[in-house]
Amino acid sequence: MNAKQKAALAEYLIALADDELILGHRNSEWTGHAPILEEDIAFANLALDEIGHARLWYELAADLLGVDRARFPDQQVFFRPAADFRSLQLVELPKGDWAFSMLRQYLFDAFEQHRLTGLSESSHMPLAEIAVRVRNEELYHLRHTRAWVTRLGLGTEESQARMQAALNALCPYARGLGAALPGEADLPLGIVPESAALYAAWLDEVSAFLAEAGLKLPGETALAETERRAHSEHMAALIAEMQEVARLDPEAEW
Amino acid sequence: MVMSKPAPARPSEAEIWAALAEVPDPEMPFVNLVELGIVRELGWDGGRLQVTITPTFAACPAYEVMQTDILAGLQALGLEETEVLVRHNPPWSSEWISAGARRKLQAAGLAPPPRHQGDLLTVLMDPVACPRCGSEQTSLRNSFGTTPCRMIYTCNDCQEPFEMFKPL
Repeated sequence: MNAKQKAALAEYLIALADDELILGHRNSEWTGHAPILEEDIAFANLALDEIGHARLWYELAADLLGVDRARFPDQQVFFRPAADFRSLQLVELPKGDWAFSMLRQYLFDAFEQHRLTGLSESSHMPLAEIAVRVRNEELYHLRHTRAWVTRLGLGTEESQARMQAALNALCPYARGLGAALPGEADLPLGIVPESAALYAAWLDEVSAFLAEAGLKLPGETALAETERRAHSEHMAALIAEMQEVARLDPEAEW
Repeated sequence: MVMSKPAPARPSEAEIWAALAEVPDPEMPFVNLVELGIVRELGWDGGRLQVTITPTFAACPAYEVMQTDILAGLQALGLEETEVLVRHNPPWSSEWISAGARRKLQAAGLAPPPRHQGDLLTVLMDPVACPRCGSEQTSLRNSFGTTPCRMIYTCNDCQEPFEMFKPL
């Protein structure tokens, strides 16, 4: 890859990392608040995994940019203004009720399996290697969220109603998953999979799975913002909270 | 005239591996980092020893402690300038855990990860034997546990909860 392509791939990976980081942060908000102890543990683990995966992508981006991979993740996470993050609005939305968080995690995990499979075939070897590793770990997420989506979708009247409401609210935002990531258009074939194609495969899969769980995808709804430079009103507060301690003393040794 | 001190004899590779086999896993101190398959390779960069490790789960919080513990373990051999290198390829697999370590996990009440030969989803459908009573009448309670690498089961026979090391 030439320098321009390396920069494009770094941009792509930072967007991936931002999604994982912000979703991980939202999941961490369930720690101590989940409806049952097992799910408290599960969501804390989901949060930890997503943030760990974000770190791997930030480090890979650092290598492409030729900067210090030990410092880059913290710089990106704690010292970037909210407007510079490239996460989707899907992951920024407040955690909502437990149905909302569970369903969002399922939709995201199901998409990630498609993306990671594509990335594991990347001709950029360091990327393919990390993708295999992350995909194996993510299998546990998908297995967990699938089980809960089915259980809640086919559960009580209330659990079904909450899941359907969550699906109706999330669907417009989930479309953002199909939009090309930053840098994607500038990369030669074979480095990353095409987001639009992943989205089509994902939509087939989740439509069928959700139908079995008694949930119905809403028809064509107003399209929510899919541009990754445009953040929801929730993003600034999230970033302020996430960065608060680090910014108190940027030079602190932990 | 300044006499240069003679360089201390470099410990043998066997001595280094033996020292590393004394470094316990921070969260499962009954097994060490060598038998878990985390320490992959030794090499030298001039006079500096390089130990290559492959972390288990990407988000394992013990991973930085492991690096510190490795350096401390090797200082006892007089190796002051060791460097720990992290390698992700090939990704760590639970298939790398030695037979001895699997027995130690079992003895500590932690079910060892089932052998999967690359097919995780199929092996997760198989029954898991209770590490205490050996019964296969067990139920999964949570795909997540007290660390990223464990999941929680209950034995329907002896009624004890237990954890299994996740196959990866």
